[in-house]
Amino acid sequence: MLNMNRRNVDYIARYNERSSYPLVDNKLKTKLVVAEYGVKTPKLLQVVHQQHEISHFREMAEDLAGFAIKPAKGSGGKGITVITGRDGEEYVKASGSRVDSSVLERHLTNILAGLYSLAGTPDVAIVENLVESAPSLAKYSHQGVPDIRIIVFQGYPVMAMLRLATTASDGKANLHQGAVGVGLDIGSGRGLNAVQFNRPITLHPDTGLALENIQIEAWDEMLEMASRCYEATGLGYMGVDLVVDANEGPLLLELNARPGLAIQMANGRGLLPRLRAIESLKRPHFTPLERSRFAMETFASS
Amino acid sequence: MTTRSRLPFYIAVFLLISAGISLAVWRHLELGIPWLTGEQRPVWMVEARIDFNAGDGPVLASLNIPEQPPGFRILTEQAASPGYGFSIIDSSGNRRAEWSKREVSGPQTLYFKAQFIPDPNAQPELPAREPKTPRSFWEEPEATAVQEILDQAKARSSTPESMTRELIRLMQPDTRTQNTTLLVSEDNSLNLLVDMLNHSGIAARIADGLRLEDARRRQQLMPYLQIYNGDRWLTFNPKTAEQGVPDDLLLWRQGAASLLDVVGGENSEVSFSMLRQTVPALQLATMESASNGLGFLSFYELPVEEQSMFRMLLLLPLGALMVAFMRIVIGIRTSGTFMPVLIAVAFVQTTLVPGLIAFLSVVSIGLLMRGYLSSLNLLLVSRISALIILVIFITAGLSIIGYQMGFNTGMTVTFFPMVIIAWTIERMSILWEEEGAHEVMVQGAGSLFVAICAYLLMSAPLAGHLTFNFPELHLVILGLILLMGQYTGYKLSELRRFTPMKAYD
Repeated sequence: MLNMNRRNVDYIARYNERSSYPLVDNKLKTKLVVAEYGVKTPKLLQVVHQQHEISHFREMAEDLAGFAIKPAKGSGGKGITVITGRDGEEYVKASGSRVDSSVLERHLTNILAGLYSLAGTPDVAIVENLVESAPSLAKYSHQGVPDIRIIVFQGYPVMAMLRLATTASDGKANLHQGAVGVGLDIGSGRGLNAVQFNRPITLHPDTGLALENIQIEAWDEMLEMASRCYEATGLGYMGVDLVVDANEGPLLLELNARPGLAIQMANGRGLLPRLRAIESLKRPHFTPLERSRFAMETFASS
Repeated sequence: MTTRSRLPFYIAVFLLISAGISLAVWRHLELGIPWLTGEQRPVWMVEARIDFNAGDGPVLASLNIPEQPPGFRILTEQAASPGYGFSIIDSSGNRRAEWSKREVSGPQTLYFKAQFIPDPNAQPELPAREPKTPRSFWEEPEATAVQEILDQAKARSSTPESMTRELIRLMQPDTRTQNTTLLVSEDNSLNLLVDMLNHSGIAARIADGLRLEDARRRQQLMPYLQIYNGDRWLTFNPKTAEQGVPDDLLLWRQGAASLLDVVGGENSEVSFSMLRQTVPALQLATMESASNGLGFLSFYELPVEEQSMFRMLLLLPLGALMVAFMRIVIGIRTSGTFMPVLIAVAFVQTTLVPGLIAFLSVVSIGLLMRGYLSSLNLLLVSRISALIILVIFITAGLSIIGYQMGFNTGMTVTFFPMVIIAWTIERMSILWEEEGAHEVMVQGAGSLFVAICAYLLMSAPLAGHLTFNFPELHLVILGLILLMGQYTGYKLSELRRFTPMKAYD
């Protein structure tokens, strides 16, 4: 098992350059840099840098059905507001509640003031196209979009899990808030076993669906995408969060330079042997495709 | 990135720790700073009492006092003598206490008290120049007798020391020959020895010593023989020819012409009483640090106000160590990394229970008010600023209410760092909204637990003693914290967290 102290000392401090952190801590920068490496992200609709730009937001949002407002430097999903539709003048949030545009504008003001940013520093707000989850996955999640976390170590995808929101997690895909984590077989994208609050489960607590038979589509494409992010950021140890959009396929949501350890619980396996295996490689592979192929062969569960 | 060798790091940490420990040990040995708080050291309190009858008129009494007796160090000196002017006069090799008064009559008593610390290393200063050896003149037949005895002693000796020993032995009653019988009368034997030694070219003098025994009164000085061996003064027992100063012998007078001079009085006499006392070893070290060349390495020389500030400041590393340990090895979650240390510092000033009550009440009232602030949708900076002002209002209110109700402990609220409390409230409140009350309880309890642990560590008398008197021990703390920064093992809390994983093995 990889523990917190070893992750911090032996992996994050050793393989992650401090100077690369802003790339992943700022979603806007992440979007721009991964785009150069051919990694798709949800379409950027608007960036609000200044308070006075908020007035343009209403014009822009006028004829949009769904979008997401995110703080660029937010962490752990804080400050993200998802609008799924319209009801007259009002906007419908993912939770089903209705808000009018003044609420959204105040939310933008809060983001700019740095309410959700890591150190309380002033921030920018980004407005993105709404991700419409592929129905094959969406049915498992209580609310919100299920996302896939892949740990990428030196460009090799070493472990993956699917995160499903629950009522306990209030529609968020955060494991420590009560979301369900489903470990995924690197070799096939098939679900291994699932945990909630660190305890193994077999059924989704809200939807009641069995979690064993999950199969992620376009798995090899996703792994290659995750590997590609290594070239884009240079971070040796990171978490890559992907979603599967119904129309556009796999999209990158965000990168994380300090990915949590709960993925081990979801997989029922420790990260350490896999990280060691990559570290002891004499001749690393150079292209993302080779790396993800290698990982699929090496870390397949059966 | 390649793996750098950890060896230089471990060597550096080892050097830090060993430097800290060896500096502390060295200062303990050199300055006598004790390891423990309550350590006591013996000190001899010697009191010289001067009695004389004053004839009407001015009086000047002058007593020879020790300057640097071998085997002892002088800690304090004081005189008790009502109505007398007192001063200590230091003229080369002759330190004298002088009392003076214009109109005196009748029997008078003067006291001079001094404390002596036994110290085997204390030695008198070396004389600046060779002492003179005045030659004496004897008439016949004494001159011949002196010469013969001297020749005899010289023949059996090689150095001034052995010469002195031989001479003392020759002058003893049981070895008395014709020559000695001729020379020695009842009470002049020591003077004769001195004269003969000086005559033979060895500088000699009489020193007066005091045998230290606990709770003795009315003691008299005993004469000893001192000779100069070309380098230093050596002390001999004139009866046994034993060389050196015994541990319990305090040489009161060395090289001074007279012990006591009283002008304007008669029937003067000096007697000594002594007492074995114990004083805290730390007090001794502090008092001596000024006189010791190494004193500048400690905080004792600073003004008292700064000293007490440093006392507090030097406790902080202990708190930091506690936080590092609790977070890295135990894995307790706290709100704000070093908030517990600052709270613990406040606890040190308020003591634990009143501090806890004050802290909890300020934070909970603050959380209630913050609830209203959050509904106002303020910007972050102004929200924190408003919170700081509210916290000050709360503390002021608690202090006033507490005071009016007769609890002085209410006032201790002011020791808490306002800005830190404001931030704590803000963080807790955000945590409450985002993660729920459970997480607030976990982190709040964790913070308080770490703060109480840090408080217990910092308020231990030994901790305060060691950190202030051995500041170099902080190098050890630094080393430990650096080592903990390299700890890659499991946290205690992770063992629990990862327990379900056992199922898969």
